[in-house]
Amino acid sequence: MADSSRETVLNGIRTALRRGPVSESVRRELDGRLADHPASVVPSIARGGRDALVARFIAQAEASAATVARVAPDGVAAAVADLVRRHNLPARVAVAADPRLDDLDADGVLTVDRRGTPAPDDLVGVSHAVAGIAETGTLMMASGPASPSTLNMLPDTHIVVVRATDVAGGLEDAWDRLRALSTDGLPRTVHFITGPSRTGDIEQTLQLGAHGPRRLHVILVDDGPDALGQ
Amino acid sequence: MHVTSRRFKDNVRGAVNDANLRQSLATMKTGFRVKRGLAVAALPEFEALREAGKAIKTHTLEHLDHYLEHFEARVLERGGHVHWAPDAETARRAVLDICRTHGAKTVTKGKSMVAEEIELNAFLEGHGIRPVETDLGEYIIQLRHELPSHIIAPAIHVRKSQVASTFRESHPQFPADRPLEEPRELLDEARTVLREHFLGADVGITGANFLVAETGSSVIVTNEGNGDLTQLLPRVHIVVTSIEKVVPTLEDTGTLLRLLARSATGQIMSSYTTVSTGPRRPDDPDGPDHFHVVLLDNGRSRLLGGEFQDVLRCIRCAACINHCPVYGAVGGHAYGSVYPGPIGSVLTPGLASLEESASLPNASTLCGRCEEVCPMKIPLPRMLRHWREQEFARHLTPARTRWGLRAWAFAARRPWLYRLGTGLAGRLLSRLGRGRGRLARLPLAGGWTQVRDLPVPPPGGTFMARYKRGETR
Repeated sequence: MADSSRETVLNGIRTALRRGPVSESVRRELDGRLADHPASVVPSIARGGRDALVARFIAQAEASAATVARVAPDGVAAAVADLVRRHNLPARVAVAADPRLDDLDADGVLTVDRRGTPAPDDLVGVSHAVAGIAETGTLMMASGPASPSTLNMLPDTHIVVVRATDVAGGLEDAWDRLRALSTDGLPRTVHFITGPSRTGDIEQTLQLGAHGPRRLHVILVDDGPDALGQ
Repeated sequence: MHVTSRRFKDNVRGAVNDANLRQSLATMKTGFRVKRGLAVAALPEFEALREAGKAIKTHTLEHLDHYLEHFEARVLERGGHVHWAPDAETARRAVLDICRTHGAKTVTKGKSMVAEEIELNAFLEGHGIRPVETDLGEYIIQLRHELPSHIIAPAIHVRKSQVASTFRESHPQFPADRPLEEPRELLDEARTVLREHFLGADVGITGANFLVAETGSSVIVTNEGNGDLTQLLPRVHIVVTSIEKVVPTLEDTGTLLRLLARSATGQIMSSYTTVSTGPRRPDDPDGPDHFHVVLLDNGRSRLLGGEFQDVLRCIRCAACINHCPVYGAVGGHAYGSVYPGPIGSVLTPGLASLEESASLPNASTLCGRCEEVCPMKIPLPRMLRHWREQEFARHLTPARTRWGLRAWAFAARRPWLYRLGTGLAGRLLSRLGRGRGRLARLPLAGGWTQVRDLPVPPPGGTFMARYKRGETR
């Protein structure tokens, strides 16, 4: 039954296109396109030098209603603590099991309740992004042991650390990083996050905080001007 | 696909007299349209991206079988499953079988127009499984037992006071005197209620904006985050989607993403673009254990290789709907199809039948705005005309219209008769409307004069007569 459904659909397509299965030469051409995955039109906002890209990333992220704090490499814990204070958030946080986020509770301000997936009532989550995308002010999060996908979605407040050297230009750079990251297919869930969750479903009035986080705070780590591979 | 477009004319009468609907549709004009305009103007490469997007989709459609097979192979490699569905019934059965295998009682759903097309909710309910819509707009209309009236803003026709009374009825667990005047309060209540559903569901169903052949991934674009909680928390993720959603590579997806959010809501990027590939990996801390893709055809393959192939390029951004003067006047429900507006008027006769939906291709002024704003450059007005031609050729046009067209054709092929007729009619009309310049009533033209006056020609004969006399420049 399943097989016959498959053949029905595929044969329907071929009949409509007035041909049989694609020929060997066409197949090679199509598989070549898949293997080369050529880029198409890349907008100018996706290109630029390091400083321009970081500046654009910040501007676009802020335009999407995220906040951005730029800190030195050793300033992450203090920046999280500062966010918690300024936004009156609980000092108990759920933190992704990423070694780069190991010392958040070192100075005693924060209590790390959990490493890994959040509990449904965790209000603050902290994760580390794979990359930032300057074109759109987007954070790219890839699921894996160090980055639970539910942490991006369940807590009311999501704090994301991203390195300045990981700020890419456009989506094309993001896809490349993703391919470099994965040996065995893509990670199960790749989130491209641009601002907090929102809805306009009631009279087209924009409301932040629909089902995902109400607030998104980005901590941009200035990890040296020379490290960027652009 | 359940189509009630035969009642289009009656629906329209109801719609234009619905004050709530009028207000809702007015907001759309200042919302979506303005925002799209600003976003498009801010991207100098938008036109080039449209051409690129069109080329990607055209290329994919011409090799659709190959890319679908490639997509399927990648899904299987990653440990997922693909279910091919030639029709709605096969698709519904596939979903039900998966639900039963996993003993599912509650299913959360992200927004999916394909699920609407196959009427999945009613089917699941009929088999003892409770579907819960989680997109706020879809949730509202599910509680109100309505259909979506817009493909990206399904509850655009509902006023917030109506949402409030629906919530008061459907959420008896909250104090009866709670304030529900503000959108914020309504949203917070829905968030609280739906959180429980997200956490308790056995299966999560989403649609897909794109399927990536290169990686076997499904891509959804959302703002609320509901599609993510829907697919991340339950043990099973089912993607209910259709065959034309496949694109070759991630780069191709990127090109279409740049067009989609700008055309839909005027955003540069929606809050969440989620790329899902297979079930969770052994060392993943979360995510679904099972990943299924249901690939629906339901009449789409028939449209390939012919005059309607281009409609399969559609990425469901709703720009044509937001800019359509007819949709803006009557709203989505009048169309009697889950796909309203210009795109629906082309798609519905293709997926269902022209017999059921012949009113729709006629529900257009052919003003061309839809094609102007379509990111995929789909020639919608041309296709609406194709359907009208088919309607006439297949004798589906009402007898009165056919008779009228035949009478007109008879005269038009005899210039002397045409001139005589128009001259007489013009003189008669200008005499009847003398002094006022318009007629409020005219026998045999009630359809026109019921809602507007008929302007009468000025005295002095037809344009051709005056032209001959040298009265025109």
